[in-house]
Amino acid sequence: MILDGKTPTGPIEKTWDKHRFDMKLVNPSNKRKFKVLVVGTGLAGGAAAASLGELGYNVEAFCYQDSSRRAHSIAAQGGINAAKNYPNDGDSIYRLFYDTIKGGDFRAREADVWRLAQVSNNIIDQCVAQGVPFARDYAGYLDNRSFGGAQVSRTFYARGQTGQQLLLGAYSALSRQVKAGTVKMYERHEMVDLVVVDGVAKGITCRDMITGELKSYWGDAVCLATGGYVNVFYLSTNAMGCSVTAAWKAAQKGALFANPCYTQIHPTCIPQTGDHQSKLTLMSESLRNDGRCWAPKNKEDCDKAPGDIPEEDRDYYLERKYPSFGNLAPRDIASRAAKEQCDDERGVGPGKRGVYLDYATAIERVGEHTIKERYGNLFEMYEKITDENAYKRPMRIYPAPHYSMGGLWVDYNLMSNIPGLFVLGEANFSVHGANRLGASALMQGLADGYFVIPYTIAGYLATITPGVVTDEHPAFKESIEQVQAQTDKLLNIKGKKTVSEFHRELGKVMWEDVGMARSESSLKNAMQRIPEIRDEFWKNVNVTGSSNETNQQLENAGRLADFLEFAEVFTADALHREESCGGHFRTEHQTDDGEATRDDENFAYVAAWEFKGAGKAPELHKEPLKFDNVKLAVRSYK
Amino acid sequence: MHLIQSTVGRKILMAVTGLLLVGFVTIHLLGNLSVFAGPDGINAYAVKLHSLGALVWVFRAAILALFVVHITFGVMLSMENSTATPSNYAIKSRMKTTFSSESMLYTGLILLAFLIYHLLHFTVQITNPEISAGTLPLDAAMRPDVFSMMVLSFQKVFISLVYIVGMIALFLHLSHGLSSFVQTFGLNNGPSLEKVTLGGKLVAVGFLLAYVAIPVLILARFVNI
Amino acid sequence: MDLTLHVWRQSGPKDKGKLETYPAKGISPDMSFLEMLDEVNEELIKTGKSPIVFDHDCREGICGMCSQTINGKAHGGQDRTTVCQLHMRSFKDGDEIFIEPWRARAFPVIKDLIVDRTALDTIMQAGGYTSCHTGGVPDGNAHPIGKPVADYAMDAAECIGCGACVAGCPNSSAMLFTSAKVAQLAVLPQGKHEAMARVMNMTDTMQAAGFGNCTNHLECEASCPKGVSVKFIAKLNREYMKALVS
Repeated sequence: MILDGKTPTGPIEKTWDKHRFDMKLVNPSNKRKFKVLVVGTGLAGGAAAASLGELGYNVEAFCYQDSSRRAHSIAAQGGINAAKNYPNDGDSIYRLFYDTIKGGDFRAREADVWRLAQVSNNIIDQCVAQGVPFARDYAGYLDNRSFGGAQVSRTFYARGQTGQQLLLGAYSALSRQVKAGTVKMYERHEMVDLVVVDGVAKGITCRDMITGELKSYWGDAVCLATGGYVNVFYLSTNAMGCSVTAAWKAAQKGALFANPCYTQIHPTCIPQTGDHQSKLTLMSESLRNDGRCWAPKNKEDCDKAPGDIPEEDRDYYLERKYPSFGNLAPRDIASRAAKEQCDDERGVGPGKRGVYLDYATAIERVGEHTIKERYGNLFEMYEKITDENAYKRPMRIYPAPHYSMGGLWVDYNLMSNIPGLFVLGEANFSVHGANRLGASALMQGLADGYFVIPYTIAGYLATITPGVVTDEHPAFKESIEQVQAQTDKLLNIKGKKTVSEFHRELGKVMWEDVGMARSESSLKNAMQRIPEIRDEFWKNVNVTGSSNETNQQLENAGRLADFLEFAEVFTADALHREESCGGHFRTEHQTDDGEATRDDENFAYVAAWEFKGAGKAPELHKEPLKFDNVKLAVRSYK
Repeated sequence: MHLIQSTVGRKILMAVTGLLLVGFVTIHLLGNLSVFAGPDGINAYAVKLHSLGALVWVFRAAILALFVVHITFGVMLSMENSTATPSNYAIKSRMKTTFSSESMLYTGLILLAFLIYHLLHFTVQITNPEISAGTLPLDAAMRPDVFSMMVLSFQKVFISLVYIVGMIALFLHLSHGLSSFVQTFGLNNGPSLEKVTLGGKLVAVGFLLAYVAIPVLILARFVNI
Repeated sequence: MDLTLHVWRQSGPKDKGKLETYPAKGISPDMSFLEMLDEVNEELIKTGKSPIVFDHDCREGICGMCSQTINGKAHGGQDRTTVCQLHMRSFKDGDEIFIEPWRARAFPVIKDLIVDRTALDTIMQAGGYTSCHTGGVPDGNAHPIGKPVADYAMDAAECIGCGACVAGCPNSSAMLFTSAKVAQLAVLPQGKHEAMARVMNMTDTMQAAGFGNCTNHLECEASCPKGVSVKFIAKLNREYMKALVS
C-alpha cells in the first residue's frame, strides 16, 4: 500500500497556515463533550494534555511514573533549538528547516519539518511565559549556544538541565489544568492495550501499578506520547521504564510502525563497567569541543595507564579520518569510529569497550580553571560514576543507544493509520528522518504537544460524534480479558530465568548485530536469534508474585514481551533498507574510506511496517518522500 | 486570621514572640547583673522597678501574653510535627539538625518549669521564705534587701544548680532560636546563613555565661554579704 | 565485597512491615546502589522469594523517582547524590546497610520501599505555575531578566521533587520543596503577578496534606540531592509576610 501523508500542497512556507485554516473547528461549547486520552506525560504528552485541557476538552492523562513530572524528557541536557535568530547570525525558519532535513539525511517529510521550524519560536515564548529559567546574558536577554550539525547559535538552554526545566514548565501547565478540573491525571498507570472499535481508536486498557487492577478508559481520541524504544538494546541512556509497549500495543492493533531501524547512538557516554550494569549515562556532546578522542595504536598498550602511552603510540582517530571536522564530527560518525577502534581490539577500560577523551591538550592551552568552568559538572558526574579524575587522566567514553527516530507512522495531522489514534513526540517517526540533530528532540516534543495537536485533533473530532462508543462497548471487556490472559500466562510459566536475563540476552543480540554497524549476515543472525530468545522466554521465564499487587517483575516481563516482538520488525527494517543513511549504517553500503552511501533512487521513502503476528513476516508499506524545497546532497564532514 | 492558622504564620508568631522574650531576658539580665555592684546596685534597681507602679503590671501582662502565645503555638506546632512523622527510622542520623534545634520543645518546657520555680522563689517568695526579701530586714538605705536574698539563695548549692540547669536550657533554646528568627523573618541569603547560625550560638553563649556567673560567683564566694 | 542489608519489607499500605536481613555477596565497587539491589533481587527471585520493590527510573539523578533512606540518611547522605548515583565504592566490605522508605505521614508506604508522593503534586497544583495560556504570549525577550535573577530562579528550579527534604526533615515538612517553586516564580516577571496568592495557597495545601511545620532544622538542605538552599525558605517567608500585609 502506498501511504498518504496528507501533506498540504502549495508553497512550503504557507503550508501550515493554510492547513490550519482549512481544518474544521470544534465549537467551544462542544469541546467538553469530547474526551481525549493522553498517554505519557513527557514534553509531548504533558504539553498536549495541558493545552487540550485548557481548550476545554475533557482530558484524561496517564503515566507510569509516580508523578507527571518524571518522564525521561527530563534527562535531556543540552538545549532546545529555535529559529529566533536572536544572535543575528543568519538563522531563519528556512535554515532550521534545511538543517533538520539535511541532518536527518533526507529521510523526513518536508512539510512536517517546515512546521516544526515555524512553531519553534512559539515554543521559546511559551516556555519563558511559564517561568522556565533559560540562561540569560547580563543585559537580561536570552542566551544561545551552538550545537552539533548547525553553523548558527540557535540553542536555548537552562544550564545542563534544559529538558528538566522544559518538562517542569509543561508539568506546571498540566498541574494548573488538573486543579481546574479539565484534566484527570492517572499516575502509576501503564497502558497495556489499545481499544479499537470498528477500526477506530476508542480507548485504552491500563494496569494500575499499585493494585494490579486492569481497567479500560474510553475516549473520542487517543494520543500516544510514550517515547522511544532504544531500551530494546537493554543498555541505553533511556530510563529503566522506557519501553515500546504502548506503541507496540497500537501496532498489534494495526498501527504501522515506521522506520524502526533509525536509532541514534550517542558517542559520549560512560562505558560499561561489567555485566551488572543496568543503564548507561550520557554526557553532553559539548565535551567534544575541547576533548581529543584517541585509542592506543598497539593492542599491547591497552592495559597500560594512559599516561604511560607515548604520544607517538596514540591514534587520534577522528582527527586522522576527518581532518576538517576532527573531534566535532557528527554523532553517528563519531560513534562508529569509536566502535571501529574497539572492534580492532584497541579499546580501553573494562571489557575493552572504550576510547579516551583527552583534555590534556586543552588544559595546557586554556588552563584547568577554564575547563572546569566549561565542563565542571560533567567532570564531577564522571568522577561520581567512575571514581576517576578526568583532569588528571583522560575520560573513557563509549557510544550508547540514545534516541529512536523511527516510531509509529503518522500523517501530517499526527494521526496514525488508525483513525482517532494520534502519536506525538519521540513515539512517532515524523521529523528527524534517519538522524536527529542535537537539541531537536525537545523542540519536537513541545511543538507536537503545544502547537500541533491542539489544531489537528480538532480537525478529527469535528468529524465525529462525541461519546458514541464508551467503555460499555464489548471491545473494552474483551481487551481486559485478553490482557488478563497474557498476564496469567506470564505468571504461570514459572521457569528458571529472570526477566532481566532475557532482556540482557536480547540486548546483546541487538547491540552486536543491529547496533551501530549492520551487515546482511549480522542482521540475518539476529533474525534467527530473536525468535529463539522469544520462544525460550515464553517457556522459561520466571515472573514472581501475583497480578493483583505492585509487581515490577510483571511490568518488566510485559515490556520485554513486546520488545521481543518489536525487535524482529526492527531487524527486518534494517535488513530491507539496503543503504546507509543517518543512524542506519549498513557495512555493505559505504565508500572506500568508510563513509555512508545513501540510495535515494531506491530508498527515498518511509518504510511503514504492518505487524502480522509474532514470527510472521511484517508487511511493508511505503510512503514516498518528495523533496521540492531542498536539493538532495551527500553529507560530508571530511 | 491566616496568621494563626497557617504553617508559616504561626512560625512567624513564634519568631516574633520569641524575639520579644529575648528582649525581656536581656533587660532582666542587665538588671540582675547589678548584683555585682552590691546592695546599692540591685536593691536600688528593685526599688526603681517597683516605683513604676501600674506600668509594672502592664509590662507583666504583656510578658505573660508573649509567653502564652509562644508556648501555645510551640506546643501545638510540635504536636503537629510529631503527627506528621509517625514512625522513626531504624537508624537515626542527622546531618545538619542540631541537638538544640531538635530539643526546642523540651528545653522550652524545662524553661517553663524553671520560670514557675523562679517566680515562686523570688517573686512570690514561697519556696524559701526564710531568706526572702519579704522576711529579711531592710538594707541600710531602708530598701527591701534583694541583694541578701540573692546571695543567701545562691549560697545554697541546690538552688544554684536549679538556676544553672535552667540557664543551660535557655542556652540551648536560644542557640537555635536566635538564628532561627533570622531565617523565619526571611533575612537570610545563601552565604549569610552560616554566619547567622554562628552568631546566634555566640549570643546564646553570652547569655549563658552572664546568667550563670551570678550563682557561680556567689557560690565561689566572690560575692558576699 | 560482601554486605549485610537490612531492608524494610511491607506487603501493602495496611501491613505493619518490618526490617528483613539479606546478604549481598560479591558486590563490585563499580556498581550503583540500585544495581546492587538488582543483584540481590535476582538472587531472591532464584531462591523463590519475592524481590524488593523500589522506585527508580532514569538512574542518572534527574527524574527524582528513586527514594530510599540509607543508614538513616535520605539518598545515603552523600553531597548532591541521589540513590541511583550512589556507588558501592562508598561502602566497605562487611558493612551493614539499613534501607528504609521515606518516612512521613504525607508519604504513605505503598509497598516495601515505594511511597506515595502525590501530596507533592497537590502542592504544585495549588499554584506552582504561571497562569499563562498556550499561545498568545509575548516574545521571549520582551521582558529582559537580569542574569543574577535568572540564575537565582534556576538555582531554585533545580529541585527534582524527590521528597528527600521531607524524608530528612525531623518534622516531615515539605517547606524546601514548596519554597523552591515559590521563590523561582516570585523573582521572575512572569510569575510575580500571582506571587501572593501562590505562597498562601501552596503553603496552606502543604499543611493540609499532612506535612509538618518548618522549624529551621536545615536538615532538608543537607538531604537535598540537588543542593537546593534553605535561602529559598527565607524567601518564601518574605513572600508570605508581603502577602499578609497587603
